[in-house]
Amino acid sequence: MKVVVDLTRCQGYGQCAFLAPDVFTMREESLLYDLDPGDERREHVLRAAAACPVQAIHLDWTATRLTSEPPSPPARGMTDGRIVIVGASLAGARAAGVLRREGFTGSLTVIGDESSEPYDRPPLSKQVLMGQVPPDHVMLPRLREVEADWMWGTRASGLDVAGKRVLLDDGREVGFDRVLLATGTRARPWPNEEEARLEGVHTLRSMRDAAGLREALAARPNRVLILGAGFTGSEIASVCRELDLPVTVVERGQAPLVNALGGVIGDVAAQLHREHGVDLRCGTTVTSLEGDGHGRLRGARLSDGSTVEAEVAVVALGSVRNVEWLRDSGLAAGVWGVACDAGCRAVDTNGLVTDDVFVAGDIARFPHPLYQYQFMTLEHWGNAVTQAEIAAHNMVSDQTHRWPHLSVPVFWSSQFGVNIKSVGVPTFADELVVTQGSTDERRFVAVYGYKGRVTAAVTFDQGMWLEFYQRLIERATPFPPAFRHVDQRGEARPVPARVPERLIAAEGATVVVTGHDPAERRASLLHAPQS
Amino acid sequence: MTSDAAFQRILDPAGRADPYPSLGELRRNPVTRLKDGSYVVSTYREIVELLHDPRVSSDRRNLADAPETPEHAPAFIRLDPPEHDRLRRLTMRHFGPPHSPGVVDGLRPMMLATTTELIDALAGKNRADVVDEVAYPLPIAVICRLLGVPAEDEQQFHAWADQIVETLGPGEEDRAERARERQAVSENLERYLAGLAEERRREPGDDMLSGFVTYEGPDGRMTPEEVVATSLLLLIAGHETTINLIANGMLTLLRDPILLERVRADPDLVITAVEELLRFEPPVQLVSSRVTLDDVVVGGVTIPAGSPVVLALAAGSRDPAHVREPDRFDPCRRPNEHLGFGGGVHYCFGAPLARLEAQVVLGELVRRVRNPRLVADPPPYRPSAVLRGPRHLLIDYDGIAPA
Repeated sequence: MKVVVDLTRCQGYGQCAFLAPDVFTMREESLLYDLDPGDERREHVLRAAAACPVQAIHLDWTATRLTSEPPSPPARGMTDGRIVIVGASLAGARAAGVLRREGFTGSLTVIGDESSEPYDRPPLSKQVLMGQVPPDHVMLPRLREVEADWMWGTRASGLDVAGKRVLLDDGREVGFDRVLLATGTRARPWPNEEEARLEGVHTLRSMRDAAGLREALAARPNRVLILGAGFTGSEIASVCRELDLPVTVVERGQAPLVNALGGVIGDVAAQLHREHGVDLRCGTTVTSLEGDGHGRLRGARLSDGSTVEAEVAVVALGSVRNVEWLRDSGLAAGVWGVACDAGCRAVDTNGLVTDDVFVAGDIARFPHPLYQYQFMTLEHWGNAVTQAEIAAHNMVSDQTHRWPHLSVPVFWSSQFGVNIKSVGVPTFADELVVTQGSTDERRFVAVYGYKGRVTAAVTFDQGMWLEFYQRLIERATPFPPAFRHVDQRGEARPVPARVPERLIAAEGATVVVTGHDPAERRASLLHAPQS
Repeated sequence: MTSDAAFQRILDPAGRADPYPSLGELRRNPVTRLKDGSYVVSTYREIVELLHDPRVSSDRRNLADAPETPEHAPAFIRLDPPEHDRLRRLTMRHFGPPHSPGVVDGLRPMMLATTTELIDALAGKNRADVVDEVAYPLPIAVICRLLGVPAEDEQQFHAWADQIVETLGPGEEDRAERARERQAVSENLERYLAGLAEERRREPGDDMLSGFVTYEGPDGRMTPEEVVATSLLLLIAGHETTINLIANGMLTLLRDPILLERVRADPDLVITAVEELLRFEPPVQLVSSRVTLDDVVVGGVTIPAGSPVVLALAAGSRDPAHVREPDRFDPCRRPNEHLGFGGGVHYCFGAPLARLEAQVVLGELVRRVRNPRLVADPPPYRPSAVLRGPRHLLIDYDGIAPA
């Protein structure tokens, strides 16, 4: 039977781990679990799912006969016609289900370039790498029966907005009345292709990547080199240490997680790495990966002139959005994502909102009212789900019944036995203050503020308090928060959050505006010549 | 009718059989200020807010006026983080994940064996008291086994626990007096537990009490006072509430023959039915121990710093703004987010134990007791407004099926 836990909602109550200890494992507040437990565990899993205090455990609809899902209000708008979803991972699959739940009765086609059903990625860098769960035990449960034409292993190569067609790699095309773009991201490869081809050099994004890396770790390499200490790199480093493998982590920034959480919490993360025996090199980059002359990785040369011997390297330098196929679509699509409004409707190169093209998940770049209407992309599990639901709803609703995507982002990671959660946008900050607990104990709540307002909070093993801080963000509470509360340690003073300058992600594309008459003026993207 | 009057009716033992109309009245105002200066919160969203609000303390030493009779070592239910977290972790280490994940599930065979014996004993007659003969003996046997209390002491133990429960609850006027009564009974129980702890220190077994007295780790170790306070808490909370869950469950099933038949026909159903029971007839109706550390605005009302706060969990779980058809018992309700075990860092410590016990015993009762009928409806209730359940639950039946 298939299981997935919405870890955005999970608060670490651990009820599932009591009632189905062979399926769910708690480490402090981090939950690891088998997404495909055997049928002999069925009763245990049913007990666990029923007991979850925040009802975050979802089972395949076939596994439970107890479905009494609340009916949705009937959609008001377009419930027939042809809808095409491009991208069949978390966001695409969730949108398909919601479209049917909301009463869409027309034809539904889902195009996915991977050869299998949708699966869950967060376990890939955790329980799968650890070897606790086989790589193919990560398929997502189907929350309901979805009648759709699923085109697996099919890649979209273009979008004709005016002609309402999705063009496929193999020359075929699929017509639509409305289309949802949810093609997600891929791992950013090592830029030197020859070095990237060395045996022992990995990236981690897909189920196949995870299977390959797991095999490499199980062979117990002399050392694992990890390039980049973002969330993925840090999680992989954590797994390697649990497997008692020597690890070197090379990070360009001054500390791990700096780009997501700023320098103050980054320093805490750096301590976590080092306490667990990671050889952490910050302010350093890998300049080249070195082969042994037989096509196998031997080690790497670093920017400080030193070398590292390692049989396995993992390139964890972030992700690249899968938007190249939209290059000639006339949409405002580029390396920064696909611009859209808060209702998930795509914006064209002129900045005009389209009616029939919707975007969700990692590629959607939308304005968030809580953050000065800045356009942002959120590569979070929870964002993929909620944005897909909003997009799907809006695709079958008329103007007056559409919803804005206003949810406050929530993110989680588990590494070195600590469950890290964040709410809001921690990089949208100038100061932070630790309100509860202490960073020394690795159990704390840090609140971020920007120009005197609370904008984010980060917890280390204190997830139960997160929704309180979410309310502070939603209500634009003054920063620093000034109230008496439990677990207050001495005088908490705000310190600079040391958030990196936000990067303008517009390299490689420039907009030019032509025409004089308002009816003629047009913007278009100029692309750098492709190498 | 004012909300204050509705709350007084909820406290009145005469209305114990059906507090839900009064709880519904209470819910008309999310937050009610009572004459004694305390605040009652009765709507789902507002209760959840306060359960996760770090400005709300469980330590009554933070009250604005006269602190209660000082207690030497409060159990973690009456403490705030970080002391609460430390003591709860030290206790959890011997009970559940991450260090002892299999303990509760591992008790299932023992729960089933005990249940089988208890139900076997109902054979050869046609009338039984579900409370005295099943609902009480199972949880006490389980908690005594877990903690390491000898079976021969169970009876004495139950008497003490009963007396203590009667002194709990909201109401600020007679609180000090009730605390003194509780103290008197507790002293006997504490002396007993201290003696038992001493025995385990000398000769440790595989029970929780042995763990308490021997373990030392990053959180230090439990002091002898903490060992006694923690054991006392687990003993009382570990069976008084579960008795009510089981008895309320049997009562609810027997009131609806169609429901009873559905659960009999589909044994999986007892899993979600117990969850619904926790929402619909929660054994813990009120949390009456919270205090605001600062002014807290909730439901449009400002609760001043230092005020006692009562969370009406039983009202919140039937809040129509949160749940469809709240007054209907739906054994397969999904999702079912309820306040049966509270929420936040004080979420019921023994929740998994209570769930499993109720699932096992209700499943077996439904399966084995032939044609069960209620003798009296409503049955007589115990007086407590906080831990609510029948004093006795007499049933007539035609026979007992083999195990």
